[in-house]
Amino acid sequence: MGNTAGGDSFSAGGKTFSSRLIVGSGKYRNFAQTREATLASGAEMITVAVRRVNITDPSKESLLEYLSDVPNLTILPNTAGCYTLEDCLRTARLAREAGVGNFVKVEVIGDQKTLFPDNDLTIEACRILTNEGFFCFPYITDDPVVARKCEDAGAAAVMPLAAPIGSGLGLQNEYNLRFIIEQARVPVIVDAGVGTPSDAARCLELGADAILTNSAIACADDPVMMARAMKAGVEAGRLAFLAGRMPKKMYASASSPQSGLIE
Amino acid sequence: MSSIAVTINGESRNVAAMNIEALLSELNLSGRKLAIELNRELVPRERFSETRLSEGDCIEIVQFVGGG
Repeated sequence: MGNTAGGDSFSAGGKTFSSRLIVGSGKYRNFAQTREATLASGAEMITVAVRRVNITDPSKESLLEYLSDVPNLTILPNTAGCYTLEDCLRTARLAREAGVGNFVKVEVIGDQKTLFPDNDLTIEACRILTNEGFFCFPYITDDPVVARKCEDAGAAAVMPLAAPIGSGLGLQNEYNLRFIIEQARVPVIVDAGVGTPSDAARCLELGADAILTNSAIACADDPVMMARAMKAGVEAGRLAFLAGRMPKKMYASASSPQSGLIE
Repeated sequence: MSSIAVTINGESRNVAAMNIEALLSELNLSGRKLAIELNRELVPRERFSETRLSEGDCIEIVQFVGGG
């Protein structure tokens, strides 16, 4: 068996990914740990944020340099922290100009406490940025209607949340996720709220194409070991989805023969 | 040497540089993966040397950091 379910992969934005685990790069103790955990996760896509350079004390260390030897790694800049359409568009354009490609995780936040996205502005941002040649990966609430509108706006994938960002609460509404998966014509990547590998496995079992997690790995006591665990959880969930689970039954059904018992 | 007063990443600064490329060198930022806005307009990398700075300009210099 290969590193995933035997050559199983998904494509988004014109690229093919054999790993269904996408990771973030925030909240680590240092860049060396970010690199080690990313390597252990087997991820082929990683999110980064766009922020001002500290001009009075420009650090010599660069996150991207630490990640430069991670094999096949696609950089997915986000527009995290943006509350307006204009700031989201500016951040996306700056990210592209910094030279890591055309992918952008479109994030327009609508509420400070929950960090829930402003779906209307997110859809509009996808429309504008797609027209400018970006591949948009919008972070949205787990609403099938919003997911469809993002697709219609040209999104390369949709990224419904499982639970609030950084909460680690796990998948809160599996029915909504199933509706989204059922109708989607682009990859469905569950983003935000995954707390443990079993949460990740659940998303993949339901048919999600991939998951994105940051805090669940970076905030673990041992982030590198948790990265390995998350990789295993994602692979287990995907294999279970492909294998097709047994039907649920109301009552017991013996696994051992009913006949041939000693008397 | 004359200098001009500009705002960089929200901080007031007097700089000697007369264009973006010289500014990056003055700030010890040459050769880094970053992107720049001048008065809220994106400045493409290939235009760093020809983009002149004026008194009162507002400049944003950003880079990639850890994020989710």
